Order: sequence, then C-alpha cells, then structure tokens
Amino acid sequence: MAKKVVVEANINGEPIEFLCEPRQSLLEVLRDVLELTGSKEGCLTGDCGACTVIVNGRPLCSCLMLGVEAQGKTIQTVEGLAAPDRLHVLQQKFLEHASLQCGICTPGFLMSAKALLDRNPKPTEAEIRYALAGNLCRCTGYDKIVRAVADAAQTLASGQQPAGHLGSGPSATEQTERFLQEQEVK
Amino acid sequence: MHAINYESPNTVADAVKLLAAHGEQARPLCGGTDLIIQLRAGVRRPSYVVDVKNIQEMRRIEFSMQQGLRLGAAVPCIEIYENSDMRKYYPGLTEAAHLIGSLQIQSRASVGGNLCNGSPAADTTPALIALGAKCRVIGPGGERIVAVEDFCTAPGRTVLQPGELLVEFHIPAPARNSSDAYLRFIPRNEMDIAVVGVGAAVTLDPSDDRISAARIGLGAVGPTPIFAREAAQALVGKRISDETIERAAQLAIAATSPIDDMRGTAEFRRHVTGVLTRRVLAKAIERARAAQTSR
Repeated sequence: MAKKVVVEANINGEPIEFLCEPRQSLLEVLRDVLELTGSKEGCLTGDCGACTVIVNGRPLCSCLMLGVEAQGKTIQTVEGLAAPDRLHVLQQKFLEHASLQCGICTPGFLMSAKALLDRNPKPTEAEIRYALAGNLCRCTGYDKIVRAVADAAQTLASGQQPAGHLGSGPSATEQTERFLQEQEVK
Repeated sequence: MHAINYESPNTVADAVKLLAAHGEQARPLCGGTDLIIQLRAGVRRPSYVVDVKNIQEMRRIEFSMQQGLRLGAAVPCIEIYENSDMRKYYPGLTEAAHLIGSLQIQSRASVGGNLCNGSPAADTTPALIALGAKCRVIGPGGERIVAVEDFCTAPGRTVLQPGELLVEFHIPAPARNSSDAYLRFIPRNEMDIAVVGVGAAVTLDPSDDRISAARIGLGAVGPTPIFAREAAQALVGKRISDETIERAAQLAIAATSPIDDMRGTAEFRRHVTGVLTRRVLAKAIERARAAQTSR
C-alpha cells in the first residue's frame, strides 16, 4: 500500500486537513474519511453526476478526481448548502416542486444548479437544461427539477430569500451559455 | 483501485524525470476523465501517476496573429471555450472541446488528454488535424515535434515513448480568409461518443471564390483518427461548388476503414462521413467568408 498523504483543502468554508491514500477518489475521501456522505456514488464513470461537487468554482464529478488532487482547493459539497437555521433556496424549491423521489441524484443536481446560479443568476430554461445535462435522474424526471431551479433563480433575483451561507463565485457557465447562443445565431 | 503513488511536479523537466524514472510504470494524469476510469477498471495499472496540471507551461493559451496558438496540453475544455481568441480564431476546435461530455467533464478533461488517450472517436482530434496542429513532445532524450495525424498508432496507443510527455500544441495563425468547423453524429443531442466526427479548415481566395488551402480530419471511422489528405487536396484551387464539395466528400469516404459496432455499422459510418464532410465544409466556408469581413 502506498503511503498516506496529508492534504489541505477548504471544504464548505472550513480549512481542513485530511489523510488519504493516493488511490482514493475525492468522493471516497468525502464519504469515508470526512464522513460527508451527502455526495452519492452512482456510476463511478462520470456519467450520472450523483457525486457532483464544486471545486474552485467548477462543478465536477468527485468520483473522477483523486483526493490528493484536492490539495489547496476550495470545495463545496451539498452539506455546505443550507445555513444552520434554513435550507438553501434551491433545496427549498426542490421540496416545493417535489423535484425528487428516491433522492440519490438530488445532491448532485443541487450542486450543478448552484454552480449554474453562481455564474448565471438568470438562466433560461435551455441554459438550465444544459447545465444539468451531466446529472441523471431515473425517477422524478427532469421537468420538476428544471422548474425548481428556475423558481430558485427567480426568488434569488427578486431578493426575497438569501441563497444560503456559501458565497457566489465568478462566471464560467455564463460564458458557456454566451458561446452556445453565438453558435445558435450562426 | 490498486495502490498508486501520486506526484505533482511544477515543471516539465521534473515531470519528464519522474516519467522516465518509472518508465512503463508511470502514466501522466490530467483531467482524469479517462485515466481514473481505466485505473478503477484495471485497464491500465501504473504504479506512478504524475499529475501535470500544476505545470504552468501546460496550462496556457497564448495566441497572436504573428505566432499563432500555443495551447497547453493540460488546458481543460471549459477554459478553451471561455477564451475569446479560441472562439474567434478556432471555432471548430472550440466547438469540439464544447461537445465533450457534461460541464462536469469539461471542467476537467483536456485536449492533450483527449489525444493521449488514443481513442479513434476523440472529438478534438479531427479538429486539431484540420488545423494542422503539431504536438510538442518532451522526453528524456530531448524535444520532438509530431503532427497530430501521426500521433495515434492504434486504439489506445500513441507514439509517446516511456518518459515522454505531450506538453503543448502549436497551431498556425489563421489566414485572413480562413476558418474551421467540427461536426459529429450521435443519435441524441448531447453527451455521447461520436459515431462519426469530421473537422475541416479552409482558406479562401476572395478574388475568385476559390479554395486555396484545406484540411480534413475524420474521427471514429478507423483504428486511429484520420487525415483525409486526398479529400482536402481535391478542394485546393477549385471554385466553391456543390460538385467540388461532393468530390471531397467521396474522397473522405474512401479514406475511412470503419467497423460495425453498437454505435453503427461500417456502411452507416461511411454514409455519415459523406454527409458530415459536406456539412462541415459548408460551415467552414461560411465562417471563412464571414472572417474576411470581420478580421
């Protein structure tokens, strides 16, 4: 067995130091070492998105990243979404729109949606669907999820409800969407 | 996954030293979207994984009309399509990078990794071939330049020798009247592996509407990505017409050696190669005409 490595990262706003084997994925580290079991293991091949977390502002599959790669990174997981006394607006809207049944895909959808809204606070339906294309749901279907994200965006834009306690990042998705729109125009 | 050792050097020299010291036992790691799956499945079993993402030289996108483009092999797809020079001057390569997987994958996967994985269906490879991209490879014996069309040798295999690292791509600056495009066929709108992919780059002679230079790359229609040399050559010096484009499409089909698999039959792949070649040439020509006025 290869020697364990010390890794320092910021997870959900807290500087954290953990020990892991180089062969362990970030998902294994989150779940088995740090006991953050919100991120789910689905396909382990980057197809289903159940393990989506946000690393340095980008959504990615934590099953396709090694834990040792987290050194110096800022990571957000579903555990960091809600404030101690209230749900994140995305979580609230998922409940209101009944956007989940079994719930396995939900943490991944929430993190992809958060990455989208951080970068593009007023997404169109097409933009929402594009941003969620890397997340699979096999029970509810996508319509209610898309509606929840659109509603969350609207609520945030109207300033009725604060987002939660994690701050917003800079915009990559915004530029993605702009690129897509340019392509459509052409 | 079996036990591995992880190294994360900051310079190409250190990475090459590590790769050379461990030979066949070492494998570079970039976005991990292929490698980590292969490690987990036991398809590749290196004992050393050398993360190249912390090497600044491999993370840069440098463009000028004088020097052309230096694209670091470790630049993730998302940074390619966020880059305004890439979108403006290399729209075909940009759209290929934009087609790979989901946002989660694009945040990690690189063009260099896409090529080094050696899949005949890699989306960015035909686009690179169309642009005449060259690979800068550094190894223990020094540096060499390999054309992208010569890089893959068989499914999953490349010209890289133990210890060698693909550091960056060099792509010529686009001529004033040129552009590129990439199209792939999949049975759905997004998120699938190419059944056929075609990249094309054209340069026009604006005085008489002739094509003065062209290159075509084909994906998923042979054991490696293909440079359709004859197809491209047939366009040079010709006036743009349906006949000219049809001739190139037929020669592109002739350059393929596809197989039957779950994604499509060989016959279907040949047919789609013709369809996509016509469409991608039309798109590249349209963009090149637009570039004439906008640059």
